[in-house]
Amino acid sequence: MKITLKVWRQKNAQDKGGLVTYKIDHVSPDMSFLEMFDVLNEDLLLKGEEPIAFDHDCREGICGSCNMVINGKPHGPLQTTTCQLHMRSFKDGDTIVVEPWRAKAFPVIKDLVVNRTAFDRIIQAGGYISVNTGVTVDANEIPIPKDIADNAFDAATCIGCGACVAACKNASAMLFVSAKVSQLAMLPQGKAESKRRVEKMVATMDAEGFGACTNTGACEAECPKQISITNIAMLNREYLSSKLTSDYVES
Amino acid sequence: MKLDSKIPDGQLAEKWGKHKFNVKLVNPANKRKYDIIVVGTGLAGASAAASLAELGYNVKAFCFQDSPRRAHSIAAQGGINAAKNYQNDGDSVHRLFYDTIKGGDFRARESNVYRLAEVSTSIIDQCVAQGVPFAREYGGLLSNRSFGGSQVSRTFYARGQTGQQLLLGAYSALSRQIAAGKVEMFTRSEMLDVVIIDGKARGIVTRNLVTGKIESHSAHAVLLCTGGYGNVFFLSTNAMGSNVTAAWRAHKRGAFFANPCFTQIHPTCIPVSGDHQSKLTLMSESLRNDGRVWVPKAKGDKRKPQDIPEEERDYFLERKYPAFGNLVPRDIASRNAKQVCDEGRGVGTSGLAVYLDFADAIKRDSQKVVEAKYGNLFDMYQQITGENPYQMPMRIYPAVHYTMGGLWVDYNLMTTVPGLYALGEANFSDHGANRLGASALMQGLADGYFVAPYTVGDYLAAMPATKIPTDHAEFKKAEENVKGIISKLLSINGTKTVDHFHKEMGKIMWDYCGMSRDAKGLTFAKKRMQEIREEFWKNVKIVGVNEELNITLEKALRVADFLELGELMIDDAMSREESCGGHFREEYQTPEGEADRNDDKFAYVAAWEYTGDNKPENLHKEELVFENVKLSKRSYK
Ligand SMILES: Cc1cc2nc3c(=O)[nH]c(=O)nc-3n(C[C@H](O)[C@H](O)[C@H](O)COP(=O)(O)OP(=O)(O)OC[C@H]3O[C@@H](n4cnc5c(N)ncnc54)[C@H](O)[C@@H]3O)c2cc1C
Ligand code: SF4
Ligand code: FES
Repeated sequence: MKITLKVWRQKNAQDKGGLVTYKIDHVSPDMSFLEMFDVLNEDLLLKGEEPIAFDHDCREGICGSCNMVINGKPHGPLQTTTCQLHMRSFKDGDTIVVEPWRAKAFPVIKDLVVNRTAFDRIIQAGGYISVNTGVTVDANEIPIPKDIADNAFDAATCIGCGACVAACKNASAMLFVSAKVSQLAMLPQGKAESKRRVEKMVATMDAEGFGACTNTGACEAECPKQISITNIAMLNREYLSSKLTSDYVES
Repeated sequence: MKLDSKIPDGQLAEKWGKHKFNVKLVNPANKRKYDIIVVGTGLAGASAAASLAELGYNVKAFCFQDSPRRAHSIAAQGGINAAKNYQNDGDSVHRLFYDTIKGGDFRARESNVYRLAEVSTSIIDQCVAQGVPFAREYGGLLSNRSFGGSQVSRTFYARGQTGQQLLLGAYSALSRQIAAGKVEMFTRSEMLDVVIIDGKARGIVTRNLVTGKIESHSAHAVLLCTGGYGNVFFLSTNAMGSNVTAAWRAHKRGAFFANPCFTQIHPTCIPVSGDHQSKLTLMSESLRNDGRVWVPKAKGDKRKPQDIPEEERDYFLERKYPAFGNLVPRDIASRNAKQVCDEGRGVGTSGLAVYLDFADAIKRDSQKVVEAKYGNLFDMYQQITGENPYQMPMRIYPAVHYTMGGLWVDYNLMTTVPGLYALGEANFSDHGANRLGASALMQGLADGYFVAPYTVGDYLAAMPATKIPTDHAEFKKAEENVKGIISKLLSINGTKTVDHFHKEMGKIMWDYCGMSRDAKGLTFAKKRMQEIREEFWKNVKIVGVNEELNITLEKALRVADFLELGELMIDDAMSREESCGGHFREEYQTPEGEADRNDDKFAYVAAWEYTGDNKPENLHKEELVFENVKLSKRSYK
């Protein structure tokens, strides 16, 4: 296959950046999208040009590192991660535009690499159950109905990629935050801290510069892990009830 | 120097309990005076950093990804073992211990393995308390599955994403300590040297991957939790960034490297599809619970799998190993797959694949049941190959997956450098010559949650809390060393890319130091590796500068270390004149083609000491003493 790529190149955070066109003519349909970038980068290197920087690690759709906006869609045409997208999803002769995630809270570091540490800070605000190592009961002393365990698992599969933010016109992080809030709120172990947790995480999300959620559903449509928007409804319920009966208030 | 494994005295089952009682403690008010560096935030690193911080130490944690949550552990699929005996099927700490020793082909240290089995049950309690959503039965209790190399169901799992859920649990504990100010987290940072002062590890030198800045960090102890080195083969199931650099630099500073040639080749991976291939994808071994492995009986049978009648199929694992069938340990499953392909009975266009067939399971249990168990794995297979495994058998082939070898550690997980520890896949400790499925996650978390917090405290309790400033001459020297390597690499400006060298050496390692080895091949490989390394340092092409994000420079630094490690792996494979576990020497096999272990001569851990650039390394032997198991021929028939 022959493919024309228009790729966002930006030297560093200060640089303005812009799209640069590349042609590659030895693309195999079995290649993953990132393997096509590997091939392009080898070509660039041999020509003495700097290869295109992009984040990736597992290439199995689970680490959440890869993050390209492909033809305007985070992770491209399929509801999967960029690394799990294969060239057989494109046609010979296609032109593909590749850009980084765009959001105030995710500033560009270089080319397609952005800074997503805001997500880590949201988790640090309360995305955990406060239990020290070794201070536990036997695991089977906390029976959890299978349906609840399964639902908590579904929410827990978020890979923290940030596609939900990139897909949202407000750059809201609600889907990401709600996935963690509802996973822990559903489980008996997480109940004790649930009010404090939701308030602190939402406050941090706002402080990091993510936008408000206006329920467009774009996040769910682009999430590679099918995180459901019902988590947002659950977050809203948790948040409201915690505001009404708060035992913790962020000053 | 004599190797001292510091195994506590006493009965096997009492060693750890007694040792925990005997270790020196740092008083709670003094813990905050000690700094600990944890390199790596996978299962081993994140759990260690969080647990040590909870105790009150000041922790600095490092990873090269943009977030600790993205460590390679995230990709583990199948599950984690623990001797809970929730299924009442006869499991016990002793059985898990025995299975692990036997699975490792009697090349692991009894005391460490016993401790691992002992603390395994606490891991599950810990993870559930953190909110890890393990699979459950309708009664609300935890569910288990069985895994290769064992006849009980002791594997806990979270669909096909167990590593993800366990890592997110450890990451949440780590995040809590970051918020509490007890852990300072450095992301996008690569450790490039260990600093040793007065014979003790006192810090590290890192490169900030965004700015290129070379930085020193001082501490009272350094824990390397930097994972395995499977990417020495270029193609492996490891994440793209997994590397040996941290362990290798420590090795060059005096930490012995143990059993480097013990690598695990996983039997169920998606076969290579072309030259562009950048990594291989594992299909969890749990699939072997329901999938049946077969090839056509006839050579070169090119019919579609569904057109090959039952009586013309060879279910070779079931045929050769009736007791364990498709659930034989990994090394055996892999070697047999290679064997039938070498005989010309492999399938697919390359002939380098065997079938993993779910037709019977679907007929027996329905597609829905199979989907509930393996849905995400089947989807992943379809995404990558474009074929539907509900209708067609999967095609699989072995691939490099895990490295049993690693930094030599004593019972306390300390390397031969005082104050320098190695945890998780980075050490050599518990899996001998072959690791059983679902035991790496167990080991990483055992080391991090339950072993290091005690043993590191014991070490710190005996040393003064005085800090060493990073302008100390040894830090400056190490920084200069790192800067020197970087500017040398940047100045070469040759004609071949880093990936070119990595692929070339990876192929040599796979062909001659992979699934099977012999003296002739190893000799050839050693020569080739030296040539490739020499050319690398003359002709590698790196574009860009140190002072910004430079993906080629990052890779070059890692490949440079892989090139040196590869040679040591070859030396180790050469010197071990026996076959055991994942190490199969063509010259040493039984008439039936099984591994021929030689306990009289080789029941030892090979620990290699670095002696200088381009000099042969010194071999030290830690004799393995088996008092609680009888050395037996490993049989799964
Ligand atoms: C596809 C796959 C599936 C698997 N499935 C299972 C399974 O089902 N059950 C099981 O028990 N095991 C499984 N394993 C094995 C298991 O996942 C690993 O052995 C284990 O997760 C390793 O954990 P770790 O903490 O030692 O290292 P890793 O998780 O590899 O973490 C290494 C850490 O070190 C950091 N690091 C490395 N080098 C440097 C450096 N120079 N400077 C700074 N930081 C550095 C990295 O950033 C990372 O944070 C699987 C492995 C693979 C590849
Ligand atoms: S919710 Fe979905 S899109 Fe958002 S970070 Fe998680 S996995 Fe990615
Ligand atoms: S590289 Fe890990 S999810 Fe894509």
